Amino acid sequence: MSVDTRFAVNVSPKPGILDPQGRAVEGSLDHLGIAGVSAVRVGRRVELTVTAADDAAARAIVERLAAELLSNPLIEAYEVEVLGAASSIESETAGTRP
Amino acid sequence: MTVRIGVVVFPGSNRDIDAVNALEVAGAEPVMLWHDEASLGGVAGVLLPGGFAYGDYLRAGVIARFSPVMRSVAGFADEGGLVLGICNGFQVLTEAHLLPGALLRNRGLRFVSREVQIAAEHLDTPFTHLLGERRALRMPVAHGEGAFYADDGTLDELEANGQVLFRYVHHDGSPAGGEEDGANPNGSLRAIAGVRNAAGNVAGLMPHPETAVEAVLGSDDGLGIIASFVASAAERDWAGGPVAVGGTVVGGTAVGAR
Repeated sequence: MSVDTRFAVNVSPKPGILDPQGRAVEGSLDHLGIAGVSAVRVGRRVELTVTAADDAAARAIVERLAAELLSNPLIEAYEVEVLGAASSIESETAGTRP
Repeated sequence: MTVRIGVVVFPGSNRDIDAVNALEVAGAEPVMLWHDEASLGGVAGVLLPGGFAYGDYLRAGVIARFSPVMRSVAGFADEGGLVLGICNGFQVLTEAHLLPGALLRNRGLRFVSREVQIAAEHLDTPFTHLLGERRALRMPVAHGEGAFYADDGTLDELEANGQVLFRYVHHDGSPAGGEEDGANPNGSLRAIAGVRNAAGNVAGLMPHPETAVEAVLGSDDGLGIIASFVASAAERDWAGGPVAVGGTVVGGTAVGAR
């Protein structure tokens, strides 16, 4: 038996690393007439489905993927989020959900 | 016999032909190496050209790191083979952990495509020994993610070990400042434009020496870097050093500078 689990990996710039994207977003706030927003940090969210023997094995795969490919540990931190069993959130249709 | 230098071609590489031209100007025989092939074909040195390997998806250079050719390049580097990464090639080498640090988005928020000045910090390396004297070298940059970053401890270590190979400089050769200094095009920490590994056989830089090899095109200041690399690879090849993973040792003669 194997289980399909849907994960999200949230990658963000580490504290102290300058984030030009965040700075650009922050710079646009004036144009929107929005005040009181600061410390904008722009990251990346990767959703994926893992097929593995059990939850622990699935988790180990995601952790490795996150550390070796999805983030650069020198400059980025990541958090793994479990979205649930993948049967109800098929990867092929995830992009077309309303 | 001329020395054979591999030019790695990833999907999205776009400075590969410039690299081929520069190697020919420097007297080498360029050999195209396809990303999907593990063989380095017995080349004496490897050049990773500029471009947008694998579309620069995720992070510039990261997906290229896992290609079959890069596994062979890592093995080649471990054996002491000479590897030079330019622009995107530099990004690939940092993502592959063959070079220290990381290249962040330019601090000025813009893709920068213009001429800059850099100077070699050390003139006794395989990548700089034919440059002659220390002076400002004119060549173009063209990148969106070229801000060199490493933590303070690593930066101190790089400086102490002589691993900072190139720095952005002013016309008079003095080092550029931080991001507010126009001579530093991307906000690289300590104005670092290029580094080498601790062993000294792998180097990378963001500016493009390979497009500054002929005076008729605006500058030939980059030729000294390419020619140093070619001559060093030839010397190593001639000395019978291990030159490639699964390749054959190709005889060669040292190729002089210009």
